[in-house]
Amino acid sequence: MNRRLSWFNVTSLTLGFAFLYIPILLLVIFSFNESRLVTVWGGFSTKWYGEMIRNQALMDAAWVTIRVAVLSATIATVLGTLAAITMTRYVRFPGRMLFSGMIYAPLVMPEVITGLSLLLLFVAMDFSRGFWTVTIAHVTLTMCFVAVVVQSRLVTFDESLEEAAQDLGCPPAKTFFAITLPLILPAVVAGWMLAFTLSLDDLVIASFNTGPGATTLPIKIYSQVRLGVTPEINAVCTVMIAVVAVGVIAASLYTKRAQVEKEKAERAAVLQAG
Amino acid sequence: MSKSVGPVKRKFAPWLDPNAKPYIRFEAVTKRFGDFTAVDNLSIDIYEREFFSLLGPSGCGKTTLMRMLAGFEEPTEGRILLDGNDLAGVPPHRRPVNMMFQSYALFPHMSVAENIAFGLKQDRMPKPDIEARVAEMLKLVKLEKFAGRRPHQLSGGQRQRVALARALAKRPKVLLLDEPLGALDKKLREETQFELMDIQYELGLTFLIVTHDQEEAMTMSDRIAVMDLGRMVQVATPAEIYEQPNSRYVADFIGDINLLEGRVAAVEGQHATIAAAGLDRPIVTEHAGSAKAGDTVWFAIRPEKVRIGLEAPTDPSLNVVAGEVWDIGYLGDVSVYRVKLPNGTVVKSTLANVTRLVERPIGWDDKAYLSWPRDAGLVLTS
Amino acid sequence: MADQSAARGPTWTKWLVVAVPYLWLLVFFLAPFVIIVKISLSQTAIAMPPYAPVFDGLATFWDNVRELSLENYVWLTDDPLYWRSYLSSLRIASLSTLMLLLIGYPIAYAMARAPKSIRPTLLMLVILPFWTSFLIRVYAWIGILKPEGLLTVALQGLGVLGPDEQVRIMNTETAVFIGIVYSYLPFMILPLYSALEKLDGTLLEAASDLGCPPVEAFWVITWPLSLPGVIAGCFLCFIPIMGEFVIPDLLGGSETLMIGRTLWNEFFSNRDWPVSSAVAVVLLVILVVPIMVFQNYQKKI
Repeated sequence: MNRRLSWFNVTSLTLGFAFLYIPILLLVIFSFNESRLVTVWGGFSTKWYGEMIRNQALMDAAWVTIRVAVLSATIATVLGTLAAITMTRYVRFPGRMLFSGMIYAPLVMPEVITGLSLLLLFVAMDFSRGFWTVTIAHVTLTMCFVAVVVQSRLVTFDESLEEAAQDLGCPPAKTFFAITLPLILPAVVAGWMLAFTLSLDDLVIASFNTGPGATTLPIKIYSQVRLGVTPEINAVCTVMIAVVAVGVIAASLYTKRAQVEKEKAERAAVLQAG
Repeated sequence: MSKSVGPVKRKFAPWLDPNAKPYIRFEAVTKRFGDFTAVDNLSIDIYEREFFSLLGPSGCGKTTLMRMLAGFEEPTEGRILLDGNDLAGVPPHRRPVNMMFQSYALFPHMSVAENIAFGLKQDRMPKPDIEARVAEMLKLVKLEKFAGRRPHQLSGGQRQRVALARALAKRPKVLLLDEPLGALDKKLREETQFELMDIQYELGLTFLIVTHDQEEAMTMSDRIAVMDLGRMVQVATPAEIYEQPNSRYVADFIGDINLLEGRVAAVEGQHATIAAAGLDRPIVTEHAGSAKAGDTVWFAIRPEKVRIGLEAPTDPSLNVVAGEVWDIGYLGDVSVYRVKLPNGTVVKSTLANVTRLVERPIGWDDKAYLSWPRDAGLVLTS
Repeated sequence: MADQSAARGPTWTKWLVVAVPYLWLLVFFLAPFVIIVKISLSQTAIAMPPYAPVFDGLATFWDNVRELSLENYVWLTDDPLYWRSYLSSLRIASLSTLMLLLIGYPIAYAMARAPKSIRPTLLMLVILPFWTSFLIRVYAWIGILKPEGLLTVALQGLGVLGPDEQVRIMNTETAVFIGIVYSYLPFMILPLYSALEKLDGTLLEAASDLGCPPVEAFWVITWPLSLPGVIAGCFLCFIPIMGEFVIPDLLGGSETLMIGRTLWNEFFSNRDWPVSSAVAVVLLVILVVPIMVFQNYQKKI
């Protein structure tokens, strides 16, 4: 249906996207405000970015956050991919119902519950809280998101490709690395990115499971936000938004270009064959 | 079969030789998926260098049978032997058979040459040998210029060739082909049929092919196995399947056929007379099969063996029935006349359009006479 | 048929694939729930951890069972703070889910009707905020809604408000609704869009060909066929909103009660772990039915 949009549809889209983007845009704009007052425009300045970089506590928190995010996203991607394979390929095994329940439940489980229950586990296991507990908590949450993303790719995966590889003498485990993994890689990468940003953004679960020396950026931002809006926090938020936006847009442009090129090649193949 | 029917160009019939050893042997194989029986107590012998087709509608178990030979499914009961060795428990990557998949299953992230080399690399063949073999395969399927292309940069016919080359590269003793021509258009399919036959003959391979296309099976095969609901209905050469089907199912599945239900009035050897309700004269045939007097049977005759005319033929040895022309289908090369008999049965007769006459003498609603010789049809009991 | 690829491989690799994520989830997702239930049944103690241990071993098992008490749950029913928090959460979650549906549906509908060429861009625009931090998006609203914030400035500039007047939205329930609708909108739009996008346009053409006016066609064709998306979107929003903490904490006033916030305060301010566990268990019980429905739905697609 490539007809033109009715005025009603155009209005919904305009209002909808205005609602979604204006608050973020304002936040970004005011991070470049010379004035300390958020409501008064005092001229363009990048001084708050300088302040931000000089704020050692903030930089420490950012460093912890990035370490947690990279580590937890990587572990979550491995576990989530295994879980996705389990869910798509192993139709019957004892406890399958429970397994898929444990994959889907964390997606909607209120974070306060996930955070509190994990903390209680760590205390019961006498595990001292800090970097590792936050990492484990994030793995548990984000592996389920990875599993869902990878699973949706595996569902459409042509299994005869794996069968063809085995038919040509490739053992099952090697088949996974030679055929399956390269082909589902875009979904695995998307899963990693999702896990990474979820970990980067998480406040609630990290707050429950953190310990001395493992203050993450959201925890730091939260404690400052409670004291009021400051341009410095606006600057931190802008950097975080920029990092995520650049990553997501680059990834989507890349997939789009690959898609376009593939379609072009297919058309060319049909033409030269015809 | 005591006597062979149909054309015999090259004598290849190891299944008639009691001393020949089957190369592939399915022994009472059954495969169940839960409550569903996909293959039901089935046995076949396939010989070396044979071009063997499994033919049947979708869901008849033909693909399951092939997948069991490739190792993707294990039989629930029975044994599968390859060159005398039981294949039970041998994983697919250790079986000396290769398969060409219906979807072709070309690896999209590898070039044509890498696809063809894939199986050879698994065998740790030395690099120069792999290159030589890949070049040879590319030449065989006439794709030398396309070695560096990715599968999505090829047309459907080219992909089919890559799939074939990849499956042949390891020089398997047996090549399994799952609906190999299904995705091609009609013209290309016909060309490719003959290419497949040439390749099979030149390389001296055993081909086992799964298809639902009877024309494909008829053209290429040494023998065809017609399957239905997991069972083997008939295994025979294409000509036998066409001329001597053993049941209404096979007769109806392969080509077009007229079936007239009736009762056997008298049998003497292969000579029988059949009384069909509503026909004033009994049908006389020289192919009684296993019918006995009093049986309810079906007289089967192919439309091209029924002659049609506006005047009653005078030869007393012919079977003749009169009817009214109900419908005429003009197909270019032939015309199909659907003639309604007094009892309401519609009998088809095809007539080759040997002249360029646009106006045909027989028209709608004409009274027409259908006739056929005594040995043109046969009696089916099931 | 799908399990044959597994059946073929060496069994240990097959089991490793299942066992590693399975064990992880058993230990770090399921076991914590057992512990949370256990602690919700134990006594508060002034110690570290601040509760009396319940199970130390099999020998003391029965002693411990006798010590288990429903005291914390009784406490929940006694103090109106808790049940009012639950009710208020239910009310806010239901109302905001409804608002999300009313706002999200026209947007998703317009996206699905947009020319094919711009649909990926629109989808991207919806997904992008979903990737950015929840906390940041809530924080952005503080600057807008606070009394001396941007909304006040804007309305004063337009002359709607006098120079000394200020908007009073911050720290009210309205601010919480705005924050929730804003934060969860992508979660509502995405499933709605995927359901509406699948809708075959020829169905509407067929309906109109058979004499059905467009508005009626929407109610008899589009709406029923988009129901799976509606259901998914509603559960995807309702369940996490029930336990929402950041939004009521940052945007809501002291009178905005939500159970996630109550739990947080109980845990971080009062350090009453058994009671906060009990609060979590009750919340979980309330959410079990919607979560099960959501899972069933997930498995079908």
